[in-house]
Amino acid sequence: MYPSDLKYDKEHEWVRMEGDVATIGISHFAQHQLGEVVYVDLPSEGDSVNAGEAFGEIESVKSVSELYSPADGEIIKVNSALSDAPETVNEDPYGEGWMIQIKLADPAQLDGLLSAEEYEAFVSEEA
Amino acid sequence: MSEVLARTPLYEEHVALGGRMVPFAGYEMPVQYEGIKAEHEAVRSSAGVFDVCHMSEFRVFGFGAFDYLQALLTNDLSRIAEVGSAQYTLMCDEDGGIIDDLIVYHTGDLEYLIIANAANRETDLEWMRAHCPEGVTVSGSTEPEQRADSGIVELVDESDRTGLIAVQGPRALGVITDLAGEGFEPPRRFHIAEARLDGTPVLLAATGYTGEDGVEILCHASHAAGIWRALLSFAEVTPCGLGARDTLRLEMGYHLYGSDMDRGVDPISAGLGWVVPQKGTPFIGSEAIARIRAAGPAVRLVGIVVEDGIPRPDFPVLRDGEEVGKVASGTFSPSLGIGIATAYLPVSLAEPGTELEVVIRRKTSRARVERPPFVKSTSLS
Repeated sequence: MYPSDLKYDKEHEWVRMEGDVATIGISHFAQHQLGEVVYVDLPSEGDSVNAGEAFGEIESVKSVSELYSPADGEIIKVNSALSDAPETVNEDPYGEGWMIQIKLADPAQLDGLLSAEEYEAFVSEEA
Repeated sequence: MSEVLARTPLYEEHVALGGRMVPFAGYEMPVQYEGIKAEHEAVRSSAGVFDVCHMSEFRVFGFGAFDYLQALLTNDLSRIAEVGSAQYTLMCDEDGGIIDDLIVYHTGDLEYLIIANAANRETDLEWMRAHCPEGVTVSGSTEPEQRADSGIVELVDESDRTGLIAVQGPRALGVITDLAGEGFEPPRRFHIAEARLDGTPVLLAATGYTGEDGVEILCHASHAAGIWRALLSFAEVTPCGLGARDTLRLEMGYHLYGSDMDRGVDPISAGLGWVVPQKGTPFIGSEAIARIRAAGPAVRLVGIVVEDGIPRPDFPVLRDGEEVGKVASGTFSPSLGIGIATAYLPVSLAEPGTELEVVIRRKTSRARVERPPFVKSTSLS
């Protein structure tokens, strides 16, 4: 449920790091808590994001969640397929359900993220 | 402040089915099981069951029952003179403010059943006890020794001992027919009739809140779990929570008390003038409502479809950049795949097609007025 090659934050995003590029999505726990995702609002390529700031929103029929960036950077890619198929976030949260790719300003900002094991312990307390 | 929540007779069933329980109208109720979208689609395409045991049930009987209710409720009770028929109606205060919306069923000679909102149970009872017309007394006693002293109307709160399960969808009546056995004829729309489901005595009301064909089953509270299980033994039946109930009703433009109307709103502004006949005997609020009707209301509840994003209650509605109202009910429509809402707007903006905007947090989405129902074609249409 929580792939070990990813890092996680306490807002339930996951991060895949490849050099200075980070791909961001939401965890299995987050998509399950939210229920069927019916709407995803993402920023545009070229926008900048700041650590801890909301960059988008994700909604189920009943509730809304903000999406937070774990680091500063520039958005280089947005998963625009989600606007037509938001349910992908539920079906494949770590794959086709990714949300944005950012070019990190300072990769060291991600040092504080949780490992899969730590994140699993964190959500088991929250659940 | 922590509130002690009540449980319906189906609480254990919801937990066993993995229902996500939330507080609603003082009860612990399932908001969803598998998911709101899937449950919604089950009702539109097959059949869904809903626990609505939390709703209030009142019985009114006696020689004064008709006069009492006719003076208390807005709709003309003589339209349901036929035993077994039912009508949607409102209870208003002297200013025309809506106290509750209800369905009245003419269950027998001198007998009526009222189904009202769960959250309004005490308010309704208080109002109904306090507003009996001259010459009528209201008592709730069922003790035989007090019967002789009781008035010509009796009002009994049967909410706690009554179970209510809604079965809705194009395949709902097929399931009911199977459970009722040979010779069963389902009640006509907006009618109520006795039946037996799997041997259990029930009342079947051909009413609902989804826009689909189906019934609401009234039973003794102790029989509710057995009927619930019998219904779920059919492969075509899906358990549905409050989440799907809300998206289904809003797609049809059905009003929700507390969101689309309350004591501060009159029936004309709420778009419910059709349950307030222009001619007829007076009732509480009739003069105030007639004045509003004659002068024309300042605002009116309208339907809105939103181009991008999901409107939620209290989001501002704009016309040419200026706020003209707020979202009353708003959600994602699973059938249409878009955001739908209701809002009170100045009457000049109530015309279908009127261009609006809805502020959805940081963004502003284009929107327009549309006359509900938003979903035009169902098993009832």
